[in-house]
Amino acid sequence: MRDERLKTLLKGGAIWGFILLELVFFEVAGRIWSLSGNAFVDLDNMLLLLKQAAPIGIIAVGMTVVMINGNIDLSVGATYALAGIVMLDSMSWPFMEALGAGAIPLAWGFALLTGALLGLINGLIVWKTGVDAFIVTLGAMLGFRGLVFMYNGEQPTYHLDWTMVDIAEAEILGLQTPALVFLAVVLGVWLLMTRTVHGRNAYAIGDNRDAAVNAGLRVGPHILINFVLIGVLAALSAVAFYSGSGSVNPNDGMLFELWAITAVVLGGTKLTGGRGSIIGTLGGVLAIQLLRMGLGHIGAQTETVNLVIGTILIAVLFLDRQLNRKGAEELKI
Amino acid sequence: MADTALKSTAMKSVGGLLARQGILVAFVVFMVGFALWNPRFIDIDNVFGVIRSSAILGVMALGVTFVVIGGNLDLSVGSMLSFSAIVVLDLHENPAFGPALAIPAMYAMTLALGALNGFLIGYLRLNSLIVTLGMLSAIHGLTLTYSGGQNMDIANQSETWFGVFGRGSALGIPVPVLIFAGLAALLGMILAKTPFGRKVYAVGGNGTAATFSGIPRARVVFATYLISAFCVATAGLIQASRTMGAQNTVGQGLELEVLAAVILGGASLLGGSGTIFKTVIGVLILGFIQNGLLLAGLEFYVQFVVTWIIIILAVWLDIATKRGKLWSPIA
Repeated sequence: MRDERLKTLLKGGAIWGFILLELVFFEVAGRIWSLSGNAFVDLDNMLLLLKQAAPIGIIAVGMTVVMINGNIDLSVGATYALAGIVMLDSMSWPFMEALGAGAIPLAWGFALLTGALLGLINGLIVWKTGVDAFIVTLGAMLGFRGLVFMYNGEQPTYHLDWTMVDIAEAEILGLQTPALVFLAVVLGVWLLMTRTVHGRNAYAIGDNRDAAVNAGLRVGPHILINFVLIGVLAALSAVAFYSGSGSVNPNDGMLFELWAITAVVLGGTKLTGGRGSIIGTLGGVLAIQLLRMGLGHIGAQTETVNLVIGTILIAVLFLDRQLNRKGAEELKI
Repeated sequence: MADTALKSTAMKSVGGLLARQGILVAFVVFMVGFALWNPRFIDIDNVFGVIRSSAILGVMALGVTFVVIGGNLDLSVGSMLSFSAIVVLDLHENPAFGPALAIPAMYAMTLALGALNGFLIGYLRLNSLIVTLGMLSAIHGLTLTYSGGQNMDIANQSETWFGVFGRGSALGIPVPVLIFAGLAALLGMILAKTPFGRKVYAVGGNGTAATFSGIPRARVVFATYLISAFCVATAGLIQASRTMGAQNTVGQGLELEVLAAVILGGASLLGGSGTIFKTVIGVLILGFIQNGLLLAGLEFYVQFVVTWIIIILAVWLDIATKRGKLWSPIA
């Protein structure tokens, strides 16, 4: 029993141990190699870290829920871009311009609505057709990207509104808006997954869908809600990012799905469903962003980041398997 | 009475044909429809043009078909393509290599990456989605480190025969088309007619049963990744030769488009089903849809939306015929 507990702690804490290791390594290595001679572990750096981690981080939180549910969503990058475009474009609609600053919350609302709608489409297809979520969202990744291009051709969509930029760059306790949104999302979804019936059902359905059906859970609507949730979160990520930048390129958000999945898996969530945690994902997101920042700090080529993250992902998978020899078989998609 | 029975048998056989060859039937209907609407669509130059521009995607899809039938995924093919194109162009410019040595060297390096995939997934039995996701990232980093982030170009394009793979033609047929067709025939034979091909189906269909019947599962999976890497190297060669230069991100995003073509062809992600012929049809459908939409005066990105709808309809109809119900039984 105690052994089990120790093991859980070890596995849950592994990502935080890794983050600590990164901090120590980059601090020490930075002193030896860094040209600037600045400390790596200082407050400003860490606050910046949270802000930079926010776009992928918000999406990764949603991905965790969907993956605990035993599904996956590959279309989030395109959802992110489309929500951003709708938000910025809506600001220049005639009736919106007449509203002045009052248009801003409405524009955010349109973006979130876009995300919810795209999530709803995915969720309905998964529920009603029974096609695997991997295939449904793979198709949607292409389809939503097509919608992004159809909206404004290959042109970027601009709209710079200084009030909106001010809101995006506002600070509370040194944290800028995107970082605050990220932390709020982590807290909110963590509560959802640990304190509500919906969260408990998510684990149950991911663990054994047939058993959940037999226990009388309405699996279809549950899955639908989670796809809407990740759609809204992808849109929220776009709101947090594009409010400040004011320009969306039609190729934005490409590969976001893969980065988000990487963070989620590093955080200990299983592809098989039924297991994982929001806090672990927070760790995974921070670990990746620390790595990016740290390699830049010690003057390594930024190109090596991808190499290192890929290697770590495979190493984590291997170690995890060694630790869980007797555990459930890995899922086959 | 007899008439109704006959009719229902006929209906059944039509239904059966649709279930087995639905994608082929859809393809033929689509081609005929478009050709009636615009005869230029089936003009021989247009047809070769479409196949030539589908060849890179197509060659990659051939290899991924083996991996998918074996019950795994390969998401690393896109960044592997960038890698092979960059490497072959760089070595081509290197006086110590030149084109004649650059090509085999590039094949060796790409195959080594495939072997690493195969080792991790076949022998260590790690989850293929995550391993190849990690490899996608790692190989991208490797390519950037190798090239220093620079694009690669062949400086003196008129003095090399390197362009033959992407730009040449023989007997009036473009070389990429010949490569695609030749490789499809060869791999199709291997998959359908050899003991190795049957082992790939067995491993993907039921890995445990395959192991108990004495099939070396690890070795078979390993081989499917080698085949995939070989196809990627060939596609990279065509890509590099056609453009005589490449960016570090030339293959970015291709992994999912390739997978879409394979799925469209009817291979199941669960493994154990699919054929090379069907994958070729899947590739051609994507290519001709794109072409048809362009001829209809629509922008290239409309095809993304059409592809989305077609993929979901194709897979949905496939599983609906298997379970005998249109709608999912999920409550």
